[in-house]
Amino acid sequence: MPAIELSKAPQPAFTDPAQIRNFCIIAHIDHGKSTLADRMLQITEVVESRNMRAQYLDRMDIERERGITIKSQAVRLPWRSAYDKQEYILNMIDTPGHVDFTYEVSRSLAACEGAVLLVDCAQGIEAQTLANLYLAMENNLTIIPVLNKIDLPAAQPEKFAEELAKLIGCQPEDCLRVSGKTGDGVEVLLNEIVKQIPAPVGDPNAPARALIFDSVYDSYRGVVTYVRVVDGHLSTRDQIQMMSTGVRHEMLEVGVISPEPVPSKGLGVGEVGYLITGVKDVRQSRVGDTVTNYHRPATKQLAGYKDPRPMVYSGLFPLEGSDYPILREALDKLQLNDAALVYEPESSAALGFGFRCGFLGLLHMEIVRERLEREAGLSLISTAPSVVYLVTDGDGKELVVTNPSEFPEGKIMEVKEPIVRATILAPSEFIGTIMELCQQRRGTLLGMDYLSEDRVEIRYTLPLAEIVFDFFDQLKSRTRGYASLDYEPIGEEAGDLVKVDILLQSEKVDAFSAIVHREKAYAYGMSMTVKLRELIPRQQFEVPIQAAIGGKIIARETIRAIRKDVLAKCYGGDISRKRKLLEKQKEGKKRMKMVGRVEVPQEAFIAALSTGEESSDDKDKKK
Amino acid sequence: MSARADRLAFYIHIPYCVKRCGYCDFNTYTPAELQIQSSLETISHDYIDLVLKEIERAAAQSVATFVPSIFFGGGTPTLMAPADLARVIESIQSHFTLTDDCEITIEANPDTVNPEMLLQLLQAGFNRISLGMQSAVPHVLEVLDRTHNPANVEKAVLAARAAGFNEVSVDLIYGTPGESMQDWERSIDAALALPITHISAYALIVEEGTKLASRVKRSEIIIPDDDETADKYILADNRFRDAGMDWYELSNWSKPGSECKHNLYYWCGENWWGAGPGAHSHMDGRRWWNVKHPGAYKEKILSIGDPTQDSENLSDVEREEERLLLNIRLPGGIAKSSLTAQQLEKLSPFLEGGHVSKENWGGGKVTLTQTGRLLADRIVRDALA
Repeated sequence: MPAIELSKAPQPAFTDPAQIRNFCIIAHIDHGKSTLADRMLQITEVVESRNMRAQYLDRMDIERERGITIKSQAVRLPWRSAYDKQEYILNMIDTPGHVDFTYEVSRSLAACEGAVLLVDCAQGIEAQTLANLYLAMENNLTIIPVLNKIDLPAAQPEKFAEELAKLIGCQPEDCLRVSGKTGDGVEVLLNEIVKQIPAPVGDPNAPARALIFDSVYDSYRGVVTYVRVVDGHLSTRDQIQMMSTGVRHEMLEVGVISPEPVPSKGLGVGEVGYLITGVKDVRQSRVGDTVTNYHRPATKQLAGYKDPRPMVYSGLFPLEGSDYPILREALDKLQLNDAALVYEPESSAALGFGFRCGFLGLLHMEIVRERLEREAGLSLISTAPSVVYLVTDGDGKELVVTNPSEFPEGKIMEVKEPIVRATILAPSEFIGTIMELCQQRRGTLLGMDYLSEDRVEIRYTLPLAEIVFDFFDQLKSRTRGYASLDYEPIGEEAGDLVKVDILLQSEKVDAFSAIVHREKAYAYGMSMTVKLRELIPRQQFEVPIQAAIGGKIIARETIRAIRKDVLAKCYGGDISRKRKLLEKQKEGKKRMKMVGRVEVPQEAFIAALSTGEESSDDKDKKK
Repeated sequence: MSARADRLAFYIHIPYCVKRCGYCDFNTYTPAELQIQSSLETISHDYIDLVLKEIERAAAQSVATFVPSIFFGGGTPTLMAPADLARVIESIQSHFTLTDDCEITIEANPDTVNPEMLLQLLQAGFNRISLGMQSAVPHVLEVLDRTHNPANVEKAVLAARAAGFNEVSVDLIYGTPGESMQDWERSIDAALALPITHISAYALIVEEGTKLASRVKRSEIIIPDDDETADKYILADNRFRDAGMDWYELSNWSKPGSECKHNLYYWCGENWWGAGPGAHSHMDGRRWWNVKHPGAYKEKILSIGDPTQDSENLSDVEREEERLLLNIRLPGGIAKSSLTAQQLEKLSPFLEGGHVSKENWGGGKVTLTQTGRLLADRIVRDALA
């Protein structure tokens, strides 16, 4: 049998690096990564057949109520190669699958020597997978192309083997074919991982250096840090030090995941495992940082560490003002597990007290918002997402603007906005539609390549601000869901950008201010004023709604004064009814926000802040 | 609002109509709906027997001595035999003392009155009649699903005057789908041409569950917008005033001294007893109401003698809310001294906007101007409640 009984397998801290293979699986969501991982757990017998269940690693954190909540960050799989009959330790390292987490992906890849590129052979490669593949290639990883789901009737392995071969620069026949579902080809894949992926190389006698590739907060154990040892070794009860911050920690526990956490004496060169130091906040144990021995520190930290830098900002406000402390507490708690989340208190005249939050991207923003609403039971209003602008004012002073309200009044010399390089993969029939969309969004075409006869990769530079609006929804709806998108920031460029304010009865409504391209200012002003005219109920006085750039009004609508708000009839039997109606209406009034003298229902804010076309998600939420 | 304990007004509900009008959601039934085969005379007699039992109950429960008003509403009270209506008045009289100026009103459909009946009503003690005119315009009456011939209104009013009724009121409805400003003006003119002393004019409310509501839902007819309805109110208020009838409640106008006492009883928080199915009563901060269906009413009266469906005891806060929402509808308004500084502060935008009278404000009162009356509910909601 190629599987090895755990107790007889090479033990952590005593495994020869030559016996170790570290790899990750790069795949698009739905392309079968979890199912393939299930088969690997089963075939290597780290999970007994009777304990096996579908998507084993994904479900662990949900089912577990005590102990460490493990994600599938890194699983240690003992395996005897069919080729040389030798024993090996395969460490399967998980990678997050989304564009917002490119940095986290890059650190996971940096912990590996090879990557399995897993592609559904009924679908072909998707943009995010392609982006991660390029990242893996930049990290000099050995790529093993694998076509999954060969059992499907719609499988086109030949077609997509061609596509993969062209991308990687190999022969179509080098692509392995597996079925995660039936297990077909998975043993061969394990053997090929051993054969093709190089063993890790490091200096066992050098001062310890281990790369943090993930860091997770667990309410029972504190932060669980996942590391890959590069040089030296880590042992229990070592004093360790984080090289970027210099902070010292006591190492309480070291171990490997197999797939339950198993404490070990330590971790040696090339090994992958976890450490627990008792810290309570993932920001003290940051992804990309280097762990070293406090008493015998390394002099040079591993390359590639970056502080997470928010790309998108948005204000989050509780619907009920009294929920503000709950929101603060929920953010504090979330931040323990999310080093990329930043926030500071913000107060809006229109929305009350809330927080200005910075996110890695739109998905990150959605995840955070959803978790806050679900886990803390909050109802939130979020303001339109804003990117980070660099504004030079009339005095030549440069300001970082993450909130339209910080946009300086008066003369502006220059406004720079973040630019991304976007990659879109889609069936070639949609080229025209996609180019039209990108053109509308101030895009510049960089190039286009055919991946296969009928699939293209289109590359554009686009202002990030145009993407955070509703680009992805538009792309999906205009390509019937077939296009996939990935983007990476490539710098800043000056643009003709202005701040458009919305005024209700001459009072600025901070929540509706937006920084937009001058050519789109009028359209934004028009759409907001018209929307608000319809959303805000008539008041007992006339309410002008204006859109303005500085002092210049660019659009105006008027809500006429209400003239009749009375029920004519009032007989004896109507009195109770009238009083009850009044009490109900008073309740409703509590959900009104005052802008100056104007009463604005909360629903109007929510509706006005949602983009023109609702995504299906939003519709569901309203149900 | 504290009620005068020695007084009790009576409302007598007659829950029968020959036909239900399309806009009406009152508690009334046609013989067909009730599947009654017996003659109207029999219904009248049997039903009034039940009402008399409830009056006895009122007499047993109330400490009042005087009855200042009796109001017969419906439904269609004139479907009852005048002799039966007379039995009600006699019964009340046997338990209480009618005040010298006791107002005894009957609501009537212009089609169902005739000189003979009018005389019988006068003899029974009635001294005020309120006729459902609604509109003088045939296509408006058609949308309202009213059966009467507009010409009958004039006939009925003249007949009532001739018979000796000194207090004659007509009800008007404005804001009916399809009613133009000219149509409304025609109705106003027609009403003012009559020898009447009182007008009630109500903006149409499309009530859930009516025929009218389902026609609106099917988009067969369109409800006029509130601005137009506001214009109609202002037109009516001006015309009525010019004709010598001032508002004494925001939907009611009268010649001096011809205000409906009964309605003022409701609006001033006095005690009244409502007899009949679905009728509401109020005594000293307690409100209760009877079961709605005539069958259920009969059953309860005959079995336990108490037709009450449910009741509520008003808290001080609720009583104060009622005081504000009712009094603001009256020209006398609310004394500023009875309001908090915060309430007065919140009224200031309405004062500035011309909705609350500046003149009376100076005199220590919160009263509504013509445009303010149209926003009465909002003013209560925003500033007073």
